[in-house]
Amino acid sequence: MKIIRPAIVLTLFFVLVTGFAFPYLITGIAQTAFRHQANGSMVTVGGKVVGSELIGQSFESSKFFHPRPSAAGSGYDANNSSGTNLGPTNPKLLEGEKDFDGIKQLAAKYRELNGVGADVVLPVDAVTRSSSGLDPHITVDNARLQAARVAKENGVSRAEIDRLIRELTETPLFGLGEKPYVNVLRLNERVAGLR
Amino acid sequence: MLQIILYFLIILALTKPMGLYLAHVFEGKARWMGWLERPLYRLLGIQPDEDQDWRKYALCTLAFSAFSMLLTYGLLRMQGLLPLNPQGFSGEQMTPHLAFNTAASFMTNTNWQSYSPESTLSYFSNMVSLAIHNWASAAVGLAVAVALVRGLARKSAGGIGNFWSDVVRGTLYVLLPICAVGAIIFVASGVPQTFEGPKAITTIEGAKQTIALGPVASQEIIKQLGTNGGGFFNANSAHPFENPTPWADLFSKVLMFLIPAGLTYMFGRMVGNVRQGWAVFAAMSVLFLAGAGISTVAEQSGNPAFAQYGVERANMEGKEVRFGIAGSTLFASITTGASCGAVNSMHDSYTPIGGLVPLFNILTGEVIFGGVGAGLYGMLLFVILAVFIAGLMVGRTPEYLGKKIGKFEVQMAMIAVLAMAISILGMTALGSVLELPKQGSMAALNTLGETVYGPMTGNLNNPGPHGFTEMLYAFTSATGNNGSAFAGITANTPIYNTLLGLAMIIGRFLVIIPVLAIAGHMARKKVAPASAGTFPTDSATFTLLLVGVVVIVGALTFFPALALGPIVEHLQMTGGR
Repeated sequence: MKIIRPAIVLTLFFVLVTGFAFPYLITGIAQTAFRHQANGSMVTVGGKVVGSELIGQSFESSKFFHPRPSAAGSGYDANNSSGTNLGPTNPKLLEGEKDFDGIKQLAAKYRELNGVGADVVLPVDAVTRSSSGLDPHITVDNARLQAARVAKENGVSRAEIDRLIRELTETPLFGLGEKPYVNVLRLNERVAGLR
Repeated sequence: MLQIILYFLIILALTKPMGLYLAHVFEGKARWMGWLERPLYRLLGIQPDEDQDWRKYALCTLAFSAFSMLLTYGLLRMQGLLPLNPQGFSGEQMTPHLAFNTAASFMTNTNWQSYSPESTLSYFSNMVSLAIHNWASAAVGLAVAVALVRGLARKSAGGIGNFWSDVVRGTLYVLLPICAVGAIIFVASGVPQTFEGPKAITTIEGAKQTIALGPVASQEIIKQLGTNGGGFFNANSAHPFENPTPWADLFSKVLMFLIPAGLTYMFGRMVGNVRQGWAVFAAMSVLFLAGAGISTVAEQSGNPAFAQYGVERANMEGKEVRFGIAGSTLFASITTGASCGAVNSMHDSYTPIGGLVPLFNILTGEVIFGGVGAGLYGMLLFVILAVFIAGLMVGRTPEYLGKKIGKFEVQMAMIAVLAMAISILGMTALGSVLELPKQGSMAALNTLGETVYGPMTGNLNNPGPHGFTEMLYAFTSATGNNGSAFAGITANTPIYNTLLGLAMIIGRFLVIIPVLAIAGHMARKKVAPASAGTFPTDSATFTLLLVGVVVIVGALTFFPALALGPIVEHLQMTGGR
């Protein structure tokens, strides 16, 4: 009995304090002080929510920059985050399967869409799937290879697109991070604004 | 590489202040939460300063763990009847075997997830049924570590402290204040904290997207600080809502090592010689930095097969652009060193050597800083073995901190080490050969819904040695109470859920009980003054010996299994096959 009572009471304490009081307290503060972030950092265009700044989404039109390939659901399913979990020697990862593009097919499609010659080494983020399937970013190298296509399809100058990429480039951790990158939704929002 | 150095310097700077504070708390000197602490002791019906012997301490640990696990099992099964369920999940997703696995997983600080949270768990289940263990299991780990340190520090003493007040103090004075500040930092950086359900939006192109939300930040903070690792979302810390920016990522990494590193200093302080603590810290650091370096180089060298398609070789499959290679491999080394199990990249898609490092880190017994409390007490078991081996080499009675190490202590340390090896290797071996029939009652053991998998290897996502590594990693992660995964494996079937759940319980309590037994026996011993024949345990020589013991025990026990998995795969990959 001397052990049972504290075991039960302590469990209930954890339920009340860490299970309820703590999350409600944090929610109260968050919804007061950081409403935008606490509700998912949503991006609004013309009064309508078009997505979250933090969550990648698919862009298929050739007028827009394309995100990385995604393994979340049927692609950028933000209710079903996932990577491929394919190992480095798995033929499915490299050569693909029926209804699943491997790196080989992804690279070929990327070159064709963006008119990139076989002599150009592709940035690896363009043909690999992220761990969440919701990666909102692409590397600047990847964006630059898409820039000519986006400029042409929107009837604007390449310099204009390059300027957008430069303005939106992020180099975090004092540049100790790896490659500079851009947010695809933010970039496409600006591209749409050019027209 | 610069990121690794920056990170390590931050941890180095935080170790002493954190250690001093932990010592202050567990010596019972912190009082500022007394207004909550004192009434709580009355409700518990305990005397906070009543000294318990190790058997009593262990019984309390087991009773609390068992009752809280039972509660969680019940709450998960009743999910459909409970509030905070905007997605309207029923209890059906939470089958008995999955609820058992999940309850065991969170109670043991493993946080292995056989399920995908977005499609399985209500906010209530996440926030209450599971998250309470994020706090409780971390507090229990802290308590056991502190009890062991007391056992080593005390002279001719009968007890090792009071379990209840250790858990309460750890929660009120350590976990709650840090989490309250940290959760707000997470929210400010973009982690959601809302009770609204998933939000449906229409993109600029007119496509539909449903964005999962929830009270994420309040769970994220304790997930990292308590080295739990159970994600609110399937992608865990790779999900932009759990880990939105490289800064949030750095913060997460610091949280994982904060308490484990501080405990080494607390240990030195409580045994009256901080150099003893730094010697342990140094051994952990050597192992950590070596692993992080190797994994980073392996992933940056990447996959030679990519070159044939004219693609950069660096391996970004299963990694996020905002973290890059080094941000991902550093996280992987920390989360597996720290027994956390959160992931910001998919270990399953790592190159063989890149993925060998996280696996090896867990196989050492989670002592590279390790889980909250678990890391220190695990490493102190290796210290006992190291002292014993040193004693054999020089032909003297082994002693540690002035106390003789006897047969009993070495036996207990070996029980912990062997239990882990038997669980990991035994279950992996079983899983590799067990073939359940596709029809009849036995078939149901590896079936979920309409799918019949037959052999246990049917649940693997990758062929060949990589598939074997998936299974080895699963049982290693469960036994080591880590919780990360080579996540391609389908673990949500009765046989996997049950075996993995058992592995977690073995890995938790067949370490905790021997540790407490050692604590109890050491507390009773007298201290003999150091003589010329005493092997100093606060020196660089000892640190290297300790690293050697950890690596050799790990390597000798598990090398054959590693050879069948990542090592063969590495040879295949570099051989172009």
